[in-house]
Amino acid sequence: MTRYPVMTSALVVDAALVLLVLGLALWVTSTRAAYSAVVGFVAYGLLMAIVWVRLAAVDVAMTEAALGTGLTGLLLLGAAARLAPYEAAEVNGRPGRWLRLLIGLLCAAIALGLAAVVLMLPDPAPTLAPLVAENLPPTGVGNPVTGVLLAHRAIDTLLESVVLVPALIGVWSVAADPAWGGRPGSLPRPRSSSALTLLAQVLPPFGILIGIHLVWNGADDPGGKFQGATVLAAMWILVLIAGLREPPAVRDRRLRVLLVIGALVFIGIGVAGIWLADAFLAYPEGYAKPLILAIEAVLTLSIAATLGLLLAGPPASDHPSGGLYESKKSG
Amino acid sequence: MNLALDLLTIVAVSLGALFFLAGTVGLLRFPDTLTRLHALTKADNLGLGLVVLGLLPQVSAPLAALGLIAVWLLAMLSGATVGQLLAGAARPPDPDRAEMPARDAVSSHD
Amino acid sequence: MTEFLLGAAAFVLGTVALGLVRLLRGPGHADRMLAAQLLGTGGVAALLLLGVATGVGAIAEVALLLALLAAFASVAFVSGVHRPEGSGTTSGTAPSAASSQNENKRDSK
Repeated sequence: MTRYPVMTSALVVDAALVLLVLGLALWVTSTRAAYSAVVGFVAYGLLMAIVWVRLAAVDVAMTEAALGTGLTGLLLLGAAARLAPYEAAEVNGRPGRWLRLLIGLLCAAIALGLAAVVLMLPDPAPTLAPLVAENLPPTGVGNPVTGVLLAHRAIDTLLESVVLVPALIGVWSVAADPAWGGRPGSLPRPRSSSALTLLAQVLPPFGILIGIHLVWNGADDPGGKFQGATVLAAMWILVLIAGLREPPAVRDRRLRVLLVIGALVFIGIGVAGIWLADAFLAYPEGYAKPLILAIEAVLTLSIAATLGLLLAGPPASDHPSGGLYESKKSG
Repeated sequence: MNLALDLLTIVAVSLGALFFLAGTVGLLRFPDTLTRLHALTKADNLGLGLVVLGLLPQVSAPLAALGLIAVWLLAMLSGATVGQLLAGAARPPDPDRAEMPARDAVSSHD
Repeated sequence: MTEFLLGAAAFVLGTVALGLVRLLRGPGHADRMLAAQLLGTGGVAALLLLGVATGVGAIAEVALLLALLAAFASVAFVSGVHRPEGSGTTSGTAPSAASSQNENKRDSK
C-alpha cells in the first residue's frame, strides 16, 4: 500500500468510491434494458480501474482500463445490439416467484460465503511477496508482477496464453459451413462517418507506440504484454470498424502462424530449459532477462492477433459488406 | 518563483475542477442530448486541459510533463470524435442526409 | 500542495460521479453514453492529479490508457444504433426505440 500524506481525505475518496461502485453494480444488475446495463458496465469498469489504482495494483488497473473500457464495451454493446429484437420477449417472460426466491437465496448464500472467507483470513494474511522480492534479482526484471508471471510461475502464463487459441477456435467453430475460411463478419459496420475515419487514421500510430511502450516498460514498471497486446488489438479493431481495412480471411496461413507463434516460442524456450537450465521453463543463468523480453515480444503479437480475431467473430463470408446484421438475416 | 508556480497550479486546477462541475451541471440540467453534449465537450477539453496545465509545474521530469500533455491531446481527439459520433446518433434518422450523418453536428461542439 | 491535489482529485471524481444520475435517468441511450464519457474524462483528470500528488508515475499511464481508449465504447455504441443500408429504416432504430419503450413501461409502473 502506498503511503499517502493526508490519510483523511484519501479515506473519504475511498469510501465514496466503494459506495459508488456498489451502487453502480446494483443498478447494472437490476436494470432491464441491455443497452443501458452495458453502458453502466463500461462506467463500472472505469471506476474499477480507479479502485485498483487506490489499492496500489497499477498492473491490474491497466488491464482493467484496457479491457474494461475498450474491448469489453465493444463486445457487450455488439451483443446487446444483436439481442435487441428478443429483448421485449425476455422482459415480459419473467421467471416465477419461487424461482426468483431460489435465485435470490443462492446469490445471497454465495455472497455470505465469500464474505465469511474474507473475514476468516488469518491476520497477517499469508503472502509470498517477501519470497518474490528475494528471488527477483536473478531474473533481471524489476517489476515483481512480470517476474512472477514469466519466471516464477511461467507455467501459468504459458497456459493462459495458450488458452486464448482454443477460445478462438471455439468462436470460429460456430461459423456456417459455406462461410468457413472466409473473413470474420461480426464487427459492427457503422455508416461511414468522417469523424470515425479520422479517429481510425490518427489514433493507431499513438496506440501502437503506447502498446510497445507498455510491453517494454513491463519489465521494470507496471505494464506488460497483456496490456500492450490489448491496446494493439484495440487499434486494429478500430481500423476494421472504420472500414479502412478488411479483417483477414481465417484460412490465411500467415495469420494462423501469427496466432500460435507466441505459445510455440514460449514452449520452445521452455523445453530448451530442460537441457540448458535443468528444468522445463527454467532460464539459463544470466539469460533470463533477454529470454523473458523475447517471449514477451512474440507473445504480445500473438495475443494481440488472437484478441482482435476473437472480437471480429466467426468467419461469415467473403462479402463482409453486411457485417453483423447481414449474418443475422441469413441465419 | 516556486510560490508563483504553486499559485499557477492552484488557480489552473481549481478552474479545471470548476469546468468539470459546470459540465456535470450541464449534463444534468440541459434539456436535450445535443445541449448536454455541448456541456460534456467543455469539460473534456477545457477541464482536463486546465488540470494538465496546473499539474505541469509540479512534475520535475520533462518526460512526465510530455506524458501529461499526451493524455490531454488524446482526450481531446477522443472527445471530438465522440462528440461527432454521439451527435450523429442522437439526431433522429434523416433520409436526406443518410450519407453523412455527423456532418452538421460540427457546430454543436468545439 | 499534495493535500490540494488530492482534494481536487476527490472533487473532480465526486462531480463526474454525480453526473451518473444521467446514466440512471436517460432518457436516450446517447444520454447514458454521455454520462459514461464524462466519467471517463473525469477519471483521467482524477488519476493525473492522484499520480502527481502521490508521486507514483505509473498512475499517469493508467490515465494515458483511459484517454487512448476513451472513444471505443462510443464507437461501438454508435455502430449498434446505426444499422447499415439495406436493413430498412424502421429496423434502423430498433435497439434504441424498442428498449426505451420498455424502460418507459417500467417507469410508469
